[in-house]
Amino acid sequence: MIGDWLDIGPVGQIAPGNARTLPVRRGDGTLIHEIAIFHTSDNRFHALVNRCPHKAGPLSQGIVHGSVVTCPLHSWNISLKTGEALGEGAEERGACVPIIPLKVDAGRIYLLRSAVMGGATPSARAA
Amino acid sequence: MNAPMNLKPRMNPGDQRDGAIREKLVVVGNGMAGCRAVEEILARDGVRYAITIFGAEPRVNYNRIMLSPVLAGEKRFDEIVINPVAWYEDNAITLVSGDAVVAIDRAAKTVTAASGRVEPYDRLLLATGSDPFIIPVPGKDLAGVVTFRDLDDVDKMVAAAEKGGAAVVIGGGLLGLEAAHGLSLRGMNVTVIHLMPTLMERQLDEAAGWLLKAELEARGQTILTGADTAEILGADGHVAGVRLKDGREIPADIVVMAVGIRPATALAKSAGLAVERGIVVDDHMVTSDPAIMAVGECVQHRGACYGLVAPLWDMCRALADAATEADSAKGYTGSVTSTKLKVSGIDLFSAGDFSGGDGAEDIVMRDAARGLYKRVVVKDGRLVGAVLYGDTADGGWYFDLLKRGEDISAIREALIFGQAFASGGTQLDPNAAVAALSDDAEICGCNGVSKGTVVACINGGAATLDAVRGTCKASASCGSCTGLVESLLALTLGDEYGGERAEKTLCKCTSFTHGEVRRHIVEKGLRAIPQVMQELHWSTPDGCASCRPALNYYLLCALPGEYVDDQQSRFVNERMHANIQKDGTYSVVPRMWGGLTNPRELRAIADVVEKFNAPMVKVTGGQRLDIFGIKKEDLPAVWADLNAAGMVSGHAYGKSLRTVKTCVGSEWCRFGTQDSTGLGVKIEHMTWGSWMPHKFKIAVSGCPRNCAEATIKDFGVICVDSGYELMVGGNGGIKLRGTDLLCKVATEVEAMEVCAAFIQLYREQAYYLERTAPWIERVGLEAVKSALFDDPEAVAALARRFHFSQSFMQDDPWAKRAAGADAQLHQHLAEVRPFPAAQMESAK
Repeated sequence: MIGDWLDIGPVGQIAPGNARTLPVRRGDGTLIHEIAIFHTSDNRFHALVNRCPHKAGPLSQGIVHGSVVTCPLHSWNISLKTGEALGEGAEERGACVPIIPLKVDAGRIYLLRSAVMGGATPSARAA
Repeated sequence: MNAPMNLKPRMNPGDQRDGAIREKLVVVGNGMAGCRAVEEILARDGVRYAITIFGAEPRVNYNRIMLSPVLAGEKRFDEIVINPVAWYEDNAITLVSGDAVVAIDRAAKTVTAASGRVEPYDRLLLATGSDPFIIPVPGKDLAGVVTFRDLDDVDKMVAAAEKGGAAVVIGGGLLGLEAAHGLSLRGMNVTVIHLMPTLMERQLDEAAGWLLKAELEARGQTILTGADTAEILGADGHVAGVRLKDGREIPADIVVMAVGIRPATALAKSAGLAVERGIVVDDHMVTSDPAIMAVGECVQHRGACYGLVAPLWDMCRALADAATEADSAKGYTGSVTSTKLKVSGIDLFSAGDFSGGDGAEDIVMRDAARGLYKRVVVKDGRLVGAVLYGDTADGGWYFDLLKRGEDISAIREALIFGQAFASGGTQLDPNAAVAALSDDAEICGCNGVSKGTVVACINGGAATLDAVRGTCKASASCGSCTGLVESLLALTLGDEYGGERAEKTLCKCTSFTHGEVRRHIVEKGLRAIPQVMQELHWSTPDGCASCRPALNYYLLCALPGEYVDDQQSRFVNERMHANIQKDGTYSVVPRMWGGLTNPRELRAIADVVEKFNAPMVKVTGGQRLDIFGIKKEDLPAVWADLNAAGMVSGHAYGKSLRTVKTCVGSEWCRFGTQDSTGLGVKIEHMTWGSWMPHKFKIAVSGCPRNCAEATIKDFGVICVDSGYELMVGGNGGIKLRGTDLLCKVATEVEAMEVCAAFIQLYREQAYYLERTAPWIERVGLEAVKSALFDDPEAVAALARRFHFSQSFMQDDPWAKRAAGADAQLHQHLAEVRPFPAAQMESAK
């Protein structure tokens, strides 16, 4: 149902290779979290909580290559598809950031409302 | 054949079948889907239905995907007809063409056509196809704006082309490029406007899109990517041109709108059927009304809509099974699609998912000499996607592997080489494949070196890759045979081969080192990141966070004033023109020439600190003020305020000239020998804004007491009574290194010229992210001196190149952002906050 999905506007708002941010607040204005929406160079869209699992770096500001973003603070590589850290180091193994289910329909981007509002689903593989 | 027709079947259907009344099947849509569905039904049961087909176009069913060759003048209409009049007659089908169905009465089970004709049905099949999407810009309704959907559109384009002139095609997808190709062949001057940076971005990755763009440009088309149409311009009611959002205007005598298609659902929606993006159907192509089926581009099946022809055949089979209650009715389960571009001379194939990531592994093969790019994507041992450019012979084989979903682990190593190679059987181990080659097999195509020659060279003592490259030149040019040469080293030397290359490669995406990449960029005249990746056989489709910034710098350095900086290849600080901090906020450092400031600047900084609640201001080691805790959204406003007080970007964030630190010098200091402050200010005005391999710090001390700490800078000046000692390669970082004396000069002018020349040498020779200290240790101080001073013209020539480059660089990036450029980099997409009422609701 469309009501489960939150329309966040047309795809053209995010240039390929870039990301933009979506702060989510409570009614009183306090921040629940910030979501980063990525547009990859091969034209896919992904949404993740904008917070590197390492030291909370803003992933939206990293360099995007393939479907991976490199965190601007300490260059951790995070999969845009699963939110998992891709490195082999002991710290990286198992670390992940929540992903927000996203769909593109008729040129607009939709995010799963329940995940946007803070019930973020954990990484697809973290079970 | 273009007149409206109302074909009565030659054979009287009689409405009787073994004494029973035939069911009435009405088909809305006389296109490829509708007619194919009818063919499939007839093949299963030729007498079950009395069939009537309504078509909006006044002609028989033709192959719509062959309109491109018709436009290109390669085919005639009668060659693309699928079902001639005789087919309708022979199968007792009533064809009502040129009369669109406008309403469905589901209760009465009738359809009504535009002419008023009412036709009852027992079963109704909707095959209404899709409509071209028209972008809602001013001027879209002008005469001369056409879509590319049916034969009428082609006729309009052909008529326009006969008059000659300019055509603009909006949309660089499959359809748009085919339209552009046809118009170009018919002699029009064609410009393609594409919103995305990559042509056919749904089917192609950046690398293949770049090759396609280069080929089309070579054929004389103008391709504008990243171009957004603002308005279609008209004169006397007819199209005259297109204006882009960036202000460019392109004259046009015809504008073809080919940005995409949308399922044609209006009829179904007004009849109350379930419609989302398309008409919702189940696996048997039945809509929300059991008496109504739908097929083709108008449907939405399991959430997917298709705009290609292959899924349509699968759908029609499933539909016919269901409509004839065939025992084998398995239903339709969705399609994997593949794409080929129908532009003669360009071979391009794409199938499946090539978005990479998440357990997916890319295998890339590039052959620059032959213009080939092949990429296959493997996931969990299965082929999931393929993009081929230049040679699509294996497209069918890959597509077959992809659809079957079989485990390809056994042939994984050879997969990229295609069917002939992968099916050979013995090539599973790359070394074994190389061992199996005959002695006269060619290893290096660029230099014509055979396997026997390489092996002889290794046996003659060349025990490393570099030694082989130096001796017989194998893999010394394009490098694509590096793997083969390494295999031969391993085979010939056995355990003696270390396998290690002396110098590390630029990153894991390439087998070339920084130095080799820089040399190739200059020698081959490479001009863009995707071109470097193609020509140097990058193993990834769009590089990584290590190589993208390096390539961007190398191209910027090699092509001053020509290369367009790629923002997506820059680290965050250089993209945001500020320094990111651990909490995600930024620090802002305005430039203070030579460390000098004044009340106006200090007031402006103080005002910014208060206005934006900056929690900290700090004096930096480079004699600047650093304002901390600025949010990315506030940066343009902060810059506007600082600009207003005359300050520009301090580039504290860049791989660039950072600061020129000075002492007070002879103007104030009782020990000062020269005007160190004045010289520092002049040097900073000369060098600011220049991009470098790494950050670059300068200092000028007015006497050997060296209060400006010039001996730990990249370039330091120590003033003495008789002139200026110029020092280079210092570093106060992790590894402390004092400067080396480069030379001594007598005048400020000479000091500044040597400074410019030294910076340019560093810019041209150092590796990306290599400070001057490790660079000088790597190449040796003598080599630097020799490059500067052996040839008496060298300093002047290097300085000239530096000043030329600077003429494009000294442009305050803050001012542009403050004026509104790249606003999307600073603004949130939106903000989500529930209404207070909803909040109260959830609080209960």
